[in-house]
Amino acid sequence: MILAYLLIGFLGLLFLGWALRAAGRGLIGSPYFRDMGLSVAFGYMLAVALVALLAWGYWLSRFAPPEIAPRYFFLRIAIEGLVLFALAGWLFRALGRTLGTAGSRKVFRAMPVTAAFGILVILLYAIVAIFAPLLAPYGQDQVLATANVVPGGDPALGGNPDFPLGTDQIGRDILSRLIFGAQNTVGFAFVTTCLAFLLGGTLGFLAAVLGGWLDQLLSRFVDVLMAIPSLIFALLLMAIASAWAGSERWLLTLYMVVIIAVIDSTRVYRLSRAVGQNIVVMDYIEAAKLRGEGLGYLIFKEILPNAYAPLLAEFGLRFCFVFLTIAALSFLGVGIQPPLADWGTMVRDLAAFINYAAFAPQAASPPLLAAGAIALLTVAVNFVVDWMLYSSSGLKE
Amino acid sequence: MGTVAKIIAQRLGLGILTLFIVSIVIFTAVNMLPGDFAESILGQGATPEAVAAIRRDLGLDQSPVSRYFDWLGGAVRGDFGSSFAQANFASFTGSDSGSGLTSVAQQIAPRFANTMFLASVAAIIAVPLSLTLGVLAALFRNSVFDRVVNIATLSSISSPEFFLAYVLILVFAVLNPWLPSLSNIYEGMSFPERLEKTLLPALTLTLVVTAHMMRMTRAAIINLLASPYIEMARLKGLSPMRVILRHALPNALAPIVNVVALNLAYLITGVVVVEVVFVYPGIGQLFVDSVKIRDIPVVQACCLIFAAAYILLNLTADILSILSNPRLRHPR
Amino acid sequence: MSDALLTIRDLRIEGRSDETWMPIIKGVNLDLRRGEVLGLIGESGAGKSTLGLAAMGYTRDGVRISGGSVTFDGIDLVNASADDKRNLLGKRIAYVAQSAAASFNPAHKIIDQHTEGPVQHDVMRRDESELDAVELYRRLRLPTPDEIGFRYPHQVSGGQLQRAMTAMAMSCRPDLIIFDEPTTALDVTTQIEVLSAIRDIVEQFNTAAIYITHDLAVVAQMADRIKVLLRGEEVEEADTRTMLDTPKEDYTRSLWAVRAYERPAKPAILKKDTPVISVSGITASYGTTKVLEDVSFDIHEGRTVAVVGESGSGKSTAARCITGLLPPILGEIKFRGEVLPPNYRKRTRSQLREIQMIYQIADTALNPRKTVGDIIGRPIQFYGGLRGRAKRKRVEELLDQIEMPASEYFDRLPSELSGGQKQRIGIARALAAEPSFIICDEVTSALDQLVAEGILRLLARLQDELSLSYMFITHDLATVRAIADEVVVMKNGRVVEQGAKSEMFRPPHHPYTDLLLASVPEMDPDWLSKLLEERGREDIGDAGMEKMD
Repeated sequence: MILAYLLIGFLGLLFLGWALRAAGRGLIGSPYFRDMGLSVAFGYMLAVALVALLAWGYWLSRFAPPEIAPRYFFLRIAIEGLVLFALAGWLFRALGRTLGTAGSRKVFRAMPVTAAFGILVILLYAIVAIFAPLLAPYGQDQVLATANVVPGGDPALGGNPDFPLGTDQIGRDILSRLIFGAQNTVGFAFVTTCLAFLLGGTLGFLAAVLGGWLDQLLSRFVDVLMAIPSLIFALLLMAIASAWAGSERWLLTLYMVVIIAVIDSTRVYRLSRAVGQNIVVMDYIEAAKLRGEGLGYLIFKEILPNAYAPLLAEFGLRFCFVFLTIAALSFLGVGIQPPLADWGTMVRDLAAFINYAAFAPQAASPPLLAAGAIALLTVAVNFVVDWMLYSSSGLKE
Repeated sequence: MGTVAKIIAQRLGLGILTLFIVSIVIFTAVNMLPGDFAESILGQGATPEAVAAIRRDLGLDQSPVSRYFDWLGGAVRGDFGSSFAQANFASFTGSDSGSGLTSVAQQIAPRFANTMFLASVAAIIAVPLSLTLGVLAALFRNSVFDRVVNIATLSSISSPEFFLAYVLILVFAVLNPWLPSLSNIYEGMSFPERLEKTLLPALTLTLVVTAHMMRMTRAAIINLLASPYIEMARLKGLSPMRVILRHALPNALAPIVNVVALNLAYLITGVVVVEVVFVYPGIGQLFVDSVKIRDIPVVQACCLIFAAAYILLNLTADILSILSNPRLRHPR
Repeated sequence: MSDALLTIRDLRIEGRSDETWMPIIKGVNLDLRRGEVLGLIGESGAGKSTLGLAAMGYTRDGVRISGGSVTFDGIDLVNASADDKRNLLGKRIAYVAQSAAASFNPAHKIIDQHTEGPVQHDVMRRDESELDAVELYRRLRLPTPDEIGFRYPHQVSGGQLQRAMTAMAMSCRPDLIIFDEPTTALDVTTQIEVLSAIRDIVEQFNTAAIYITHDLAVVAQMADRIKVLLRGEEVEEADTRTMLDTPKEDYTRSLWAVRAYERPAKPAILKKDTPVISVSGITASYGTTKVLEDVSFDIHEGRTVAVVGESGSGKSTAARCITGLLPPILGEIKFRGEVLPPNYRKRTRSQLREIQMIYQIADTALNPRKTVGDIIGRPIQFYGGLRGRAKRKRVEELLDQIEMPASEYFDRLPSELSGGQKQRIGIARALAAEPSFIICDEVTSALDQLVAEGILRLLARLQDELSLSYMFITHDLATVRAIADEVVVMKNGRVVEQGAKSEMFRPPHHPYTDLLLASVPEMDPDWLSKLLEERGREDIGDAGMEKMD
């Protein structure tokens, strides 16, 4: 049945595409339509159909009777959110193009909206993470009088203006926990990534410059560690770490940082070694060696300045990866430990609310808010990294 | 063909060696646990006799090296020893030690089958979808289509699996009750029923893996289309279809096979979180549960299975790309 | 005018860079008659390849035709539909690319790629085309023409592959072939074979051709007419002999003059002088493969020794042995009579200072993150201990010496310099160490001829002023003629012949030196014909010898 609908839709769109092309050829006769493939015409029609479908859904969410409208609540949020994000990114870029030094203006001029949006989000997260205690209205593990307050602050729907995003099952303010979650989740991920870079980067460059048995030994060791899927390895080590930590939960969080840093440093090692090796074969390194320069000068003055761009991009990617691993571990219950608030644990604790979505969409949003907070940051970082890689590769495909 | 056979034999040997060393790493890691398994199972008030009995049952009284080889020898035969959780239970019920222990293999086998089923469903959807999208994005690169797909896949890659999972649950299980949000699979279920219950977790995995695979396919194809022999084929006046099918495809096979194998390897880790979200009775969920209750033999066994599958897929990618290289297939 | 095959009028082509369109071809006209060969010549960035492709109605990604017309046999190629263009390409207009190794599809056999065109364009059946391919291979003098097509591209050498590609271009008997630098990637001795094969087959089938190259001597052999391009504009056009004998424009004349540059000979070396560098009996290997065997030569003060050989002859390895990067297994290297430690790590700072190096690719020889001042300043500080203002003053002196004003260039990064300027900075960095011996490793081969000549003149002047000794590694005999005092010819890791330049360019020689010398194209349009005639006689002679055996 569904297949039949799909087939009819496909053929219909194909016909529309054909008609569009024929019309374009007949009426305008430009070479663009002459050389257009049927698949391209079909693509246009498909896009038009999708946009129309979304518009219809949005219209329903605003003007449909109350027994249907809640079902389109999340679609509305998604569409409005997307438009808002795009607008914010665009405005931020426009701001960057007019303010600041000549150099920074030039950077913003060559930047796509996605990257501008990414930078904006990263800045916002950094501010929230650093000033979390000032911004949060309540403490992260402060149990308040009322549990299960619905987000939205509308008393008619079970909300409370004191808790704009509601409270969880034991009565902690979700907004405060989200804000402290930024500090904890992002903070631990940042520290972990830095550790991984310190370890992997140092060894990688040493291996690249010195070569020989040190390189062989380290590389084989890293090969073995990388043969175990990283999340699985992290879970295994966390099982052992939890035995070591016993009831000291802060110790377990510390172990987690070290474990993930070590596992991720293998990837950093691979990259910095490869980058280092690419630079080491350059003639200017040979010239410096023949001049009689020492190892320190070679690494810090000749190699590192040329490795910043790929390393920075890798830092972004590694951060995302570490951040997601920590979130996944917390979600699975072996990551950041209470009483610290963190997004992964919040998603797990609040997941049950999602079942109210059909009739009380506001009540279902907390777990999605926490998960979305994770996704938003990683998407933002990836947008920036993608742009950095694209512009540094010099490839204008 | 001699050289190819030699290279493949080398890779195989290297793969087995890696797996061997990985097993040592896993075993050593587990043996870094503080104290004694037996004590931690029975608690501090246990009598020395009970502790000694458990130790004997679990073979803890032997040297680490001989324990390792016992474990490895068993693992090769599919025998991963006994589960501690079950041992614990057995000691409480007071039944004779030994007979009450369920083997790890018995626990893992059905769940392993379930996980394979989930991963296959995801792969069957993801592979054709991502290859098509990847090739299309490469052919229409820098078009609106390409940019939209780029943003969508980047977002999908960056999102945690559980976010995608809950969004899918929201849309397909709660708002529109089409599919079940819990995948309680049991033996003797009919295939369509089983498929229905597996579909949502499989779709979640598909979303993550498709994004990765599609981006890598796109990059591989763009790289390929930039090569001078494709320009030459165009300058010979061949039709676009022929350029793609005859000149691009045979050379794209190696990178694409590589992409597919790498992403299937990625699927294996992705399975863990997704299984937990959907309460899917697979090996990933068993693994997480065992980690929480520190059931070490199960953790060890799952870890080894995951690592073996991962190494095997990477090895397959390696070997297939060697086989598809004409320089190696037709040496001078 | 029914004779006209290709007519290009006021053609304008633009390429995209950073969101804006920059002109590549700025209004060029071109006429080609049937059966005529036009040589397109120019330095890098002249737009010759872009023009060649545009003659096929083809533009690469990110390039567009913004004005003018391309008419092939009455067909407007700029506005033709994609299908119409496809019917012409391969069938009536064919293309031969610079790198045959990259332009053949590695996944298919050569003959499958050869027959694809004729079969797809309905010119021949597959079996006819296969027979025809063998015939073309025979005419192009490929070894084992019956079998070579059934190999994969990577199983065939570069020079043979280039001829196979010419055969493929001929497969539909096109009216026009575009040759885009077809011999640039080949060694000189291989180049001859490919050039003569291409010339013969174009003549036999009376095919029109556009021959694109940067090498004047090559184009003189191939073309009936020559058009000179500079930065997307035509400089002048004339038939080959007129162009070679009486070029009208200054730019063309300066291109021609490069060939004529030669330093005056220096007085003979006195036997009792200790050489600056003395290489005696060195043997070296990478792993187990021997790359140098029993190599000896001396380099005296104020002299230039050119080390000549084709790729893989071991000339760069010899340089690595001298600098100490690759310690030799046997033999020793003396600096002014004193034996140097084989490994550079064991050498003293003053020993390292005396031997400096200038590299082939200036891009990789200069750290892209350092300014000119830092690059040249570092050796001054490192060896001379100068800092601050004294260092800056010395850098400015050096910049003066390489004819680059310090006020303008001191703070620039390498990416803000042209290729020739980068090479000059490399020279200044070597000079900053105040060495007595400099190794120049193919320093001009990546540069355009005019720029290269400037570098050679600069090196010559510096040698006279500072009485430097050079070891000049090159594969280009024109460079040898221009700058060398003595010549060392290497092949397969051994020295084949050595002596003063004046002797080297006069027979009799070792057969390999002979071959090398004879293979360098000359500006005389009849040079190739004469050479082939001579070789032909020798071949017949050889055949006669074989029969006698």
